[in-house]
Amino acid sequence: MLDPKTLKYQQSHEWLSPDGVVGISDHAQKEITDVVFVELPKVGRQVKRGEACCVVESVKAAFDIYAPLSGEIAAVNPDAAKDPAVVNREPYGKGWLFKIAPSSPSESSALMDAAAYEKFLASEAAHGSH
Amino acid sequence: MSTSVVPRRTALFESHRRLSGRIVDFHGWELPVQYESILREHEAVRARCGLFDVSHMGQVFVSGPGALGLLQKVNANDVGRLKPGQALYSHMPNERGGVVDDVIVSRLDKDRYLVVVNAATTDKDFAWLQKQSRGFDVELDNASDHYGMIAVQGPRAAEVLALIAPSAASLPRFGAVELSVFGQPSIITRTGYTGEDGVEFIVPNEIIVRLWEDLLAQGRSLGAQPCGLGARDVLRLEAGYLLYGQDLDDDHSTYEANYGWVVKLDKGDFIGKAALAKQKQEGVKRRLTGVKLMERGVPRPGAPVIVSGREAGKLCSATFSPSLQAGIGVGYLDQPALAAGTPCAVVLHGREVPAQIVKVPFYASPNLKKGA
Repeated sequence: MLDPKTLKYQQSHEWLSPDGVVGISDHAQKEITDVVFVELPKVGRQVKRGEACCVVESVKAAFDIYAPLSGEIAAVNPDAAKDPAVVNREPYGKGWLFKIAPSSPSESSALMDAAAYEKFLASEAAHGSH
Repeated sequence: MSTSVVPRRTALFESHRRLSGRIVDFHGWELPVQYESILREHEAVRARCGLFDVSHMGQVFVSGPGALGLLQKVNANDVGRLKPGQALYSHMPNERGGVVDDVIVSRLDKDRYLVVVNAATTDKDFAWLQKQSRGFDVELDNASDHYGMIAVQGPRAAEVLALIAPSAASLPRFGAVELSVFGQPSIITRTGYTGEDGVEFIVPNEIIVRLWEDLLAQGRSLGAQPCGLGARDVLRLEAGYLLYGQDLDDDHSTYEANYGWVVKLDKGDFIGKAALAKQKQEGVKRRLTGVKLMERGVPRPGAPVIVSGREAGKLCSATFSPSLQAGIGVGYLDQPALAAGTPCAVVLHGREVPAQIVKVPFYASPNLKKGA
């Protein structure tokens, strides 16, 4: 399992590891609740930063997953397709979604570090409707 | 429909909040879509017992010497076969054979009936009943604000019932009994909308929090847990039950909904009979049809269904079925005679996912005897 403190994050709740692995945060898996289906991108697909390239679905709704960097899909996690609940159980481990080979690695400077993401979650909660 | 009005809360709203229920707007009511997990709540109902706040549903009492006459006039099903203490599921048709609402009618006494109606249609139904009641010696009472309702559903529901209301424990399926709960006149029916055995408590709002807490406390040892609308929707779709406003409305008939068993053309005259008799004779042009995905995926309402290379209709209810571990849905398809097993496809995220026409219900509980 990866240490969430070492990861970078997007406001749409994806995390990115230093070697290009992408998943969703613990906060996101709790919001989505029971994941029952994951549609992974095809290996070799070229994606742009911010492009919807993967779908995570719960009983109630479908959630687009946005590429945190531009590049090529280098690998996908077959376990997430076979046993989608792994995304809930281990969002930072066996529940990873895909790996990206970045074409412009400098794009990652636009992402939040763990501390900034925590702050972002806190401000979202404060401004949320609940 | 518009739900821009201030959302309403059931008497159990604070209880749901204390249980960390995730509150959503459902047809103008603030209700929990889930507490913990739709999958776990679904599993609780299929394997043990779930408790649902269904207080948003409406209760209309029809009393007097003309009660049966009025109810026969407005229902497609034969209310005349109910003995006191019995209930049935029915559709209230309009003149065109469309459906004003789907309801449960309980005969409480010789000339006293309870009609449980859908939340979003309560006012419409009451107005409809009032309009149709002219010339009948009846009294109509919309008691929806007075009563709350808790559904206790699952194979262990009868055991939970025995702990709370021992005198109602022997109530048969589709039985209805008036009794006192915490000293308040209440009604228990052996009904539900999950495809499992179960009972529904219809009690005055002032005691419903006490009843809910008692059900939670006493039911815990039997594995009972609170369940939200999310699990309820999955359970009812697996069981092939209709959701009014989504699967059924004023423009779709009981025959089109594939619920022909509800229509009793031989019972005498009723609203919509001529239109329904004509449909039965001529056959319907579209029919609510079950579809199951053959690949993993989650169909959603609105997804097009492709049969023989062309769109035959759209899904009106669809979900992932935990019992079948497959995507399921129902939609009005313009080929009304499709056989189970016919290959088709459902369009999801722009892709045609292989699927198959299947018989509804999708899931028949082994805990519930056929026809019960």
